[in-house]
Amino acid sequence: MSERLPVKKTYKLYIGGTFPRSESGRTYEAEGQNVARASRKDVRDAVRAARGAQPGWAAATAYNRGQVLYRLAEMVEARVAEFAELCSGRDEVERSIDRIVWYAGWADKLPQVLGGSNPVAGPYFNFTVPEPTGVVAVLAPSEPALLGLVTRVLPPLVGGNAVVAVASEARPLAAIELAEGLATSDVPGGVVNLLTGQHAELAPVLASHMDVNAIDIGGANGDAPELERLAADNVKRVVRGRADVQSPWEVASFLELKTVWHPMGQ
Amino acid sequence: MAELDRTRTEVDVPGDWTYASAPESRDIVRIADSYGYYVGGEWLEPAETYETIAPRDEEPLAAIGQATAEDVGRAVVAAREAFADGWSALPGSERAKYLFRIARILQERSREFAVLESLNGGKPIKESRDVDIPLAAAHFFYYAGWADKLEYAFPNRRPRPVGVAGQIIPWNFPLLMLAWKIAPALACGNTVVLKPAETTPLTALLFCDVLRQAELPAGVVNIVTGDGRTGAAIVEHEDIDKIAFTGSTEVGKAIQRHVAGTGKRLTLELGGKAANIVFDDAALDQAVEGIVNGIYFNQGHVCCAGSRLFVQESIYEPLVAKLERRLTTLRVGDPLDKNTDVGAINSAAQLEKIQELVASGVEEGAEIYQPPCVLPEKGYWFVPTVFTNVAQSYRIAQEEIFGPVLSVLTFRTPEEAVEKANNTPYGLSAGVWTEKGSRILWMAQRLRAGVVWANTFNRFDPGSPFGGYKESGFGREGGRHGLEPYLRFDE
Repeated sequence: MSERLPVKKTYKLYIGGTFPRSESGRTYEAEGQNVARASRKDVRDAVRAARGAQPGWAAATAYNRGQVLYRLAEMVEARVAEFAELCSGRDEVERSIDRIVWYAGWADKLPQVLGGSNPVAGPYFNFTVPEPTGVVAVLAPSEPALLGLVTRVLPPLVGGNAVVAVASEARPLAAIELAEGLATSDVPGGVVNLLTGQHAELAPVLASHMDVNAIDIGGANGDAPELERLAADNVKRVVRGRADVQSPWEVASFLELKTVWHPMGQ
Repeated sequence: MAELDRTRTEVDVPGDWTYASAPESRDIVRIADSYGYYVGGEWLEPAETYETIAPRDEEPLAAIGQATAEDVGRAVVAAREAFADGWSALPGSERAKYLFRIARILQERSREFAVLESLNGGKPIKESRDVDIPLAAAHFFYYAGWADKLEYAFPNRRPRPVGVAGQIIPWNFPLLMLAWKIAPALACGNTVVLKPAETTPLTALLFCDVLRQAELPAGVVNIVTGDGRTGAAIVEHEDIDKIAFTGSTEVGKAIQRHVAGTGKRLTLELGGKAANIVFDDAALDQAVEGIVNGIYFNQGHVCCAGSRLFVQESIYEPLVAKLERRLTTLRVGDPLDKNTDVGAINSAAQLEKIQELVASGVEEGAEIYQPPCVLPEKGYWFVPTVFTNVAQSYRIAQEEIFGPVLSVLTFRTPEEAVEKANNTPYGLSAGVWTEKGSRILWMAQRLRAGVVWANTFNRFDPGSPFGGYKESGFGREGGRHGLEPYLRFDE
C-alpha cells in the first residue's frame, strides 16, 4: 500500500526537436504501451523539419559533427539500463553505443577516404568531395529494435544528412528512448526525426515524397518493390540497408560526389 | 593602361566573312549497306531493319537492325557465357592488355571514327576529331590501367565483377558514351550488352571491328541496335545484373521503375539544366568563349550544357553585347567542314522539340536573338539562339532543350546566384566565372551539381568523375569512382 505509484511515460513522436503526439490523434498498442501512430501529415511535417535543419548540420565543421555524435553515445551510455529493458539486453545497447562512437570518428575522415584529387589533362586542380544527399528516409528494421535503428540512422547522419526514420513497428519503444537521447545530446532539432506507426501506411508516403533525396528500405515489410517504384518519381537513391553492418561505405550510400575543376594560372 | 583601353580598335562585325570550304574526306571510312548485331563475336542477321541517315542532308547511310527481345536474349546468353567461360576469371593484368589494345587501335583509326561520327551524328568534325574520339581512346587507356589494381581502389573490400551489364547510350556523344560504359565494365571483369542510340549506331558498329582487331574474346562485348523497344528488352531481361543508362530524365525514371524489386544494379546519367554564372570581375572575353562553348558545343546536345546563363547585373549589358557579337562569327553548316563551329541537329524529332520550346520562349515573353545565318536547304538545322528577358518560370528556363538555345538571367549577390542556380530538379553541372579563387570554392560548395567548372565549361577527362545530383541521376562515370558501379564487394 505504501509503495509509490510510478509516473508513466506518454510515448510520442520526435519531430523538429519536439515531442508531439500524432496530429491524427491516433495511437496503437505495442510492447504493452500506447504509442503514437503517425499519419501522412506527420511524415510531411517531419520532412519539412528535416529539410530546414539539414543545411545547418551539413555546414557544421566535421570536428563538431563528430563531437555531437560522440555526445549522443554519452547520452545512451547514461541510460544503459533503460535501453536494455527495451531491446534484447545490455549487449545490444553496448554494441549500439560502440557503433555510434565508431561513426562519430568518421565525421572528419570521410572526404579523405571517399574523395580525392584527379589528374586531368589541362591547367586545372580537379578534386572530388563527398557531400550529403539531403533528406534521407529510413525504414528501421523490425529487429534488433535499438541496434537496427542505430545501424541505419548513423550512416546518413554522420554524412551531414537529415533523417526521417520510422521505428520498428512492433518494437518502437527503443526508438523513443533514443529520441530522448537525441534531444539531450547536441544533435540540432530536426536533424533526426523519429516516427512510430505502421510501416505500410508511412513508407509509401516517404518513398513518393518529392523532397526526400534517398530512402533506406532495409526495414520494409515486403512492399519493397512498390517503394522502389515510387522512389523513381524524383530519382531517389534507394538503399537496401542491412540491420547489422558497420562500414564507411554505408555512409557513402547517402553521399553525392561533387567534382570541381579549379583553374590554375599565374 | 586606361589609355590603351580607350584607343582599342573596334573591328566591324564580320558577319559577311566567307570561308572557303574545307571538307574532310569521307573516303577514309567504308560504310556497309546493312549491319546486323554483333553477338558472341559474330554478326547476326536482323529480321527487321530501319535506315540510319546523315542529319546534314538526310542521306541514307545504312540499314540498321531493329533488335527484338529474342535478339537481346541471344546477346545476353553470349555475354553470360563469356563471363562464365573465362573473362571474369582472367587475371586483371590480361584484361588490362585487351583494353590497352583497344585504346591504341582507336587512336590509330581515330580519323575514320571522327568522320563517321560527324557524318552519322551531325557534330562538327572539329569536335569529333579533337574531343570525342581522343577522349574515347583516353577513357579505355585510363580504365585499362585499373583492371589489375582494383584491390588498391577499394582496400579491404575484395572487389569482384557484377556479371552481365546492359548498357544504353545516347546519340550526342556516340563513341565517347560507348567508351564511358564499356571501359570500366570490362576493366572490372564484366561482360556487356550495349545498345547505341537509334539515330547514331554507326561508330558503335565500327567499334566491333576494333574488338576483332584487338582479339577480344567472343561475347565479352555484344552490340545490339534498335529503338526504345530494344532498350526496354535490355532493361527487362532477367539475366542482366546491372543496367547503365545515359539519356533523358523521363526515360531514366521509367527504367528505375522497371528495375524496382529485381535487385538489378542501376546507374543513371540523366538530363540537366546547368547554370553558368558570370560575376562582374570575370575576364569577360574569356567568359564569352566559355558561354559559347557551354551551350553551342555539339549544337547544345549536351546533358551538362550551360543552358541557363546567370549574369551579375552590373555587367549584363556589355556581356550580352559581346555574346551576341560573338554569335555572328559562329559558322553553322556542314559537319564535315573543318571550319564548322555548329553542325546539324541530330534528328528531325530533336529539331521539332527545339523549335517547340523556342516558340514557347517567344510566346511567354522572352526576347529572342539569332545571328544572321544562311542554313543549308537539306538536313536539320537550328540557328544559335539567345533569349534575354527570361523569367525563371519560363519553360526555356526550366526544361532541358538539348539544343543551341541559351536563356540569360541576372543576379545581384552570390547568395542570389546560388539560390537561382539550384532552383531546378536537375543537378548535373554548373559553371562559375570569377577571378577570385575563394569565391570559386565558396560557390562550388553551395551549387547542388555533380560537376562544377570554374573559368571553363564542358571539360571532360577520364580521371574526372562525372554524374548528377537530384533528378540528373546517380552513380559516377570516370575516375576511381567510376569503377564502383561495376563491382560488388564481399565485406
